[in-house]
Amino acid sequence: MTTATPRSGPVPAPPGPKPAPPPGRPGSPTASGTPAGPRIDQEPMTGAQSLVRSLEEIGCEVVFGIPGGTILPAYDPLLDSTKVRHVLVRHEQGGGHAATGYAQATGKVGVCMATSGPGATNLVTPLADAHMDSIPVVAITGQQTRPLIGTDAFQEADITGITMPITKHNMLVTDATEIPRAIAEAFHLASTGRPGPVLVDIPKDVLQEQTTFSWPPELKLPGYRPTTRPHGKQIREAAKLINSAKRPVLYVGGGVLKASASAELLELAELTGIPVVTTLMARGAFPDSHTQHVGMPGMHGTVAAVAAMQKADLLVALGSRFDDRVTGQLSSFAPHAAVVHADIDPAEISKNRRADVPIVGDCKEVITELIDAVKADRADSAPADLTAWWAQLDELRTTFPLGYTWPDDGSLSPQYVIERIGKIAGPDAVYAAGVGQHQMWAAQFISYEKPRSWLNSGGLGTMGFAVPAAMGAKMARPDAVVWAIDGDGCFQMTNQELATCAIEGIPIKVAVINNGNLGMVRQWQNLFYSERYSNTDLGTHKHRIPDFKLLAEAMGCAGLRAESKDEVDRVIQQAMEINDRPVVIDFVVGADAQVWPMVAAGTGNDEVMAARNIRPLFDGDELAADVDEIAAVTEKALGSQEEA
Amino acid sequence: MEKHTLSVLVEDKPGVLARVSGLFSRRGFNIESLAVGPTEHPDVSRMTIVVAVDEFPLEQVTKQLNKLVNVIKIVELEPTASVQRELLLVKVRADAGVRSSVLETVQLFRAKVVDVAPEALTIEATGTADKLGALLRMLEPYGIREMVQSGMVAVGRGPRSITAAAVR
Repeated sequence: MTTATPRSGPVPAPPGPKPAPPPGRPGSPTASGTPAGPRIDQEPMTGAQSLVRSLEEIGCEVVFGIPGGTILPAYDPLLDSTKVRHVLVRHEQGGGHAATGYAQATGKVGVCMATSGPGATNLVTPLADAHMDSIPVVAITGQQTRPLIGTDAFQEADITGITMPITKHNMLVTDATEIPRAIAEAFHLASTGRPGPVLVDIPKDVLQEQTTFSWPPELKLPGYRPTTRPHGKQIREAAKLINSAKRPVLYVGGGVLKASASAELLELAELTGIPVVTTLMARGAFPDSHTQHVGMPGMHGTVAAVAAMQKADLLVALGSRFDDRVTGQLSSFAPHAAVVHADIDPAEISKNRRADVPIVGDCKEVITELIDAVKADRADSAPADLTAWWAQLDELRTTFPLGYTWPDDGSLSPQYVIERIGKIAGPDAVYAAGVGQHQMWAAQFISYEKPRSWLNSGGLGTMGFAVPAAMGAKMARPDAVVWAIDGDGCFQMTNQELATCAIEGIPIKVAVINNGNLGMVRQWQNLFYSERYSNTDLGTHKHRIPDFKLLAEAMGCAGLRAESKDEVDRVIQQAMEINDRPVVIDFVVGADAQVWPMVAAGTGNDEVMAARNIRPLFDGDELAADVDEIAAVTEKALGSQEEA
Repeated sequence: MEKHTLSVLVEDKPGVLARVSGLFSRRGFNIESLAVGPTEHPDVSRMTIVVAVDEFPLEQVTKQLNKLVNVIKIVELEPTASVQRELLLVKVRADAGVRSSVLETVQLFRAKVVDVAPEALTIEATGTADKLGALLRMLEPYGIREMVQSGMVAVGRGPRSITAAAVR
């Protein structure tokens, strides 16, 4: 099944000032794992110094972390490093998500650091999160000294054991001379192939030990050989299907962003004229404003995007993984479609949906080769006419656009708030979301035009992701406006990092979409649990506890509040003008707003409801006969944005 | 569900067995038997894993196993194209009255007696699961006091080596 060929794929180039490597010698570990010879040869130092030097050499600019007993030796040389900035976070989970936000906003490896035991276990959630969303993160943890490992010593936790299923790889370093290799391997593994988190656990006495430092180290990863170059025969096969399909859809996932293949995707889309859907993880990979973009598919996707996949005769899946939130009930998903599935991870192909044409490779290379193959195939035979297909989709787009109603009780519409933030901050801003209703609205009502402008926790669904991820993104891109779109539930899980932002000079902007409830859970209780609202009222409306404006001020941030429509633009503008400290806006919004469209969990995508009890009923090739009737009801139910 | 025998070459590193067995359990695949041991290369261990899955999930198992960084190579060994063996040690009641008939069974199966006590014999046998099952059925009437069995180990027939190309 495999052979020992040299690894290929890019190694992160170390940016930043550093002594120029001698000509002809690599500045970082070479892909082949056999550098011409060490550039730094056996310089004596401690394990801790070796760790910090390794981070410097690999090009790490920022570490988000908290010191503690066992990682303490590493923090001493870190104090002197001019290349690596350490951001002292308030909770390790914040450090982990910050590293993720940093990585998502740039594509570079995000780094977090924690001590052993509780410090390390607090990284479990962000590591699981980064694993699900394939984010390149390296976590460095202290560990009890070698003689104490296995004795239930103070702050001992088997973190390599604990994180085995939630990391791409992890390692326990038991010899100080191995530190540079461990760090280089961790960065290589995290950033190549299908990216993911890697944890490096280092016992305290290994950090204290005297050792020597050589760089670049030789990578020893005989079992790691990601395939980036797609198979030519498969590409030609795919091109043939693309040209002959009458109802094709480009089903674009996060892999396209990871491969930085947005430009190639745009070229392929425009060359073929095929409709594009972008998943939650791929928002921004293709411009929302492009006429070929029919929206986000899945549980809360647009009716047009859901319908496009259901009616398609060909799905071209690019870096997407047929997640249950996209497919709904798998057996009734896209029943007429042949599947071309391109992914860098062979295990994703045919995992959930059998692929007719499997393509293992990096999305950038895959799409580039597809473009050539499609052109070549077109030289032989004319492509299928997509006019009828587009007519169908256009009808769906105009009949079932995204929309929302204003709450009956006169309260503020959360969708309106999010839409206005998107309009005012614009497509150059970076938006990080928590998880829940506000996340779905942020995915729906902000227009994403650029890659790496939308950060969220898609796979794990980690509430509390927004604030620390925004912090990481702002560190990575200080010139960008970074908004955290958060819920009042999420915000109370990780807002301690506002103190970090205030003190470290990381002026993020936080919009708390405060509906007083765990909104998405409440929505499900409304729909599926007979409106029995068990434990979803957070009291943030009833008691105003906490008062988010005062909380923000207590954390050294500007605190603002908006409770009515006419205040919304003003506070957003105000927030846009504050750049010397973080800003938090408490948007007090109605509790009853719901996320629509919706495919209820466990049902098929044909059951998509445009709004409550409104089913487009797009079985067969045509829309159901009573489409006008449905449209009228939809319009009434949704209202229009202009009316509001 | 069919049984499949996978030969897995892994780096000889701490935790690699936990990585492999953990992968099976968390992805919902059952291991029928697992044996690990050294190979002719000091840094490489070889696992023989017997798993009961249909063909399609088997593809998932191998792909997921291949994603483990410490896994170097996976080969499925077909029963007809490989030699597959398990080891059995069984302690059988064998007083003077039945001893000779127990020994007769031992000879029949080309097994060996490796320990003798006045009331019991310890028998060592190797073979396929079928053969060892048949031996146990023959010994059962005498009274089995204790038994222990290894996981299956297997190697492909013919001159080719799965390690040659994978480990350099």
